[in-house]
Amino acid sequence: MQTKLIKCTINGKERELMIDVRASLTDALRNDFRLTSVKKGCEVGECGACNVLIDGECFNSCIYLAVWADGKDIRTLESLLGEGGELSDIQQAFVDEAAIQCGFCTPGVIMTAVEILDTKRLYTRDELRKLLSGHLCRCTGYENIINAVEKVMKKRLGLP
Amino acid sequence: MYDMKALYEANSVRHACELLLAHPGAKVIAGGSDVLVQMREGRLAGCELVSIYGLDELRGISLDEDDTLRILPLTSFSHITKHPLINEIIPVLGEAVDMVGGPQVRNIGTIGGNTCNGVTSADSASTLHAWNAVMEITGIGGTRQLSIKEFYVSAGKVALLPGEILTAILIRNADYEGYKGHYIKYAMRNAMDIATTGCSVNVKLTADKKTIEDARIAYGVAGPVPMRAPSAEAAVRGLPANAETAELFGKTALQDVNPRTSWRANREFRLHLCETLAKRALLKAIELSGGEI
Ligand code: FES
Ligand code: FES
Repeated sequence: MQTKLIKCTINGKERELMIDVRASLTDALRNDFRLTSVKKGCEVGECGACNVLIDGECFNSCIYLAVWADGKDIRTLESLLGEGGELSDIQQAFVDEAAIQCGFCTPGVIMTAVEILDTKRLYTRDELRKLLSGHLCRCTGYENIINAVEKVMKKRLGLP
Repeated sequence: MYDMKALYEANSVRHACELLLAHPGAKVIAGGSDVLVQMREGRLAGCELVSIYGLDELRGISLDEDDTLRILPLTSFSHITKHPLINEIIPVLGEAVDMVGGPQVRNIGTIGGNTCNGVTSADSASTLHAWNAVMEITGIGGTRQLSIKEFYVSAGKVALLPGEILTAILIRNADYEGYKGHYIKYAMRNAMDIATTGCSVNVKLTADKKTIEDARIAYGVAGPVPMRAPSAEAAVRGLPANAETAELFGKTALQDVNPRTSWRANREFRLHLCETLAKRALLKAIELSGGEI
């Protein structure tokens, strides 16, 4: 088995790990770091269930070699929880707007929402639709997802 | 886990070339959005990979001393779309690659990978053809340049020799100064889809904006590789920039294209797209150049 030692930051903590070079980043995050918010949906980059932030940009971790994570700053949904386990505003909005049903797509969608919200810009609903278009949701019909993201975007920008 | 025989990570361009010579069966992996998917599907199962993803020296966009636009091959689609030089010099390329896949795919997908795949549907390829892009290729012995037309050999095959990689995509000043372009991707969905047919057109108008000094057009999925339509280009040079000329442009383009029937669409529909998209893209390019229809 060919392995490689990688060092990276995961959810704010410096980590070091000997990794099988054949592993996807999804494999490493789930199996080695127990970050099970990262879902295995299609595993071919189509659905967004495995989406994580790497150096501030969204990537489908199922088509990303784990060894490439060396030196990178990675964030998963687990990083959003407050100290006492509270939900973040965007997670709460998903609950309030009924933007979750089975929840399988949700961690991936929320990490894209985090990337969108971190730009601190105001987007139209059409722009949000495009920015969220890398995610498949079999349950909600998307409308409520867009409502939830729009609600937090406006709230954070101090808009009605 | 990917079904991979071995992974070799290059730490420089030279090292990548050496690795490719040492492992003749190995595939180059840039962003991996094609290679890793093909590995999952079994087509590349058991393959050796040479990863160039870590070569930051192959990322970025700059201007050479002679004002040639230099796009490095590992630049991601999203970085191309956001780059100020692209927005100033060739915004149509930023728009075209903003139609690839979805947002996450555009963060990992690279313009070099998109072209080295040699597929006809690549959203970047028709625009690069339409702007006479020059491909800079590096091997152990040095660097050579090829026009993008010569670079595409046949479906899925490009002119890279063993031990060579693409190290830059160049667009010369004479090929962009005064030109404005438009790309239309026709697909079934607005995201996560591959072009049924794509068409990229650019024009240079005379100073009074009334006449077409030069027009260039290239298609994706109008044949086995991305292609220009030279008859259409010749037909409209020197003609007034109007709707009648656009009509002629679309009709004449049909002499050059040769689309096939696939599960996405049949040949007849693609021929219809070739004509219609050429016409619409030309009108839009004229409008962007300040012409009045
Ligand atoms: S599991 Fe990665 S995109 Fe579907
Ligand atoms: S909530 Fe079930 S897939 Fe989105």
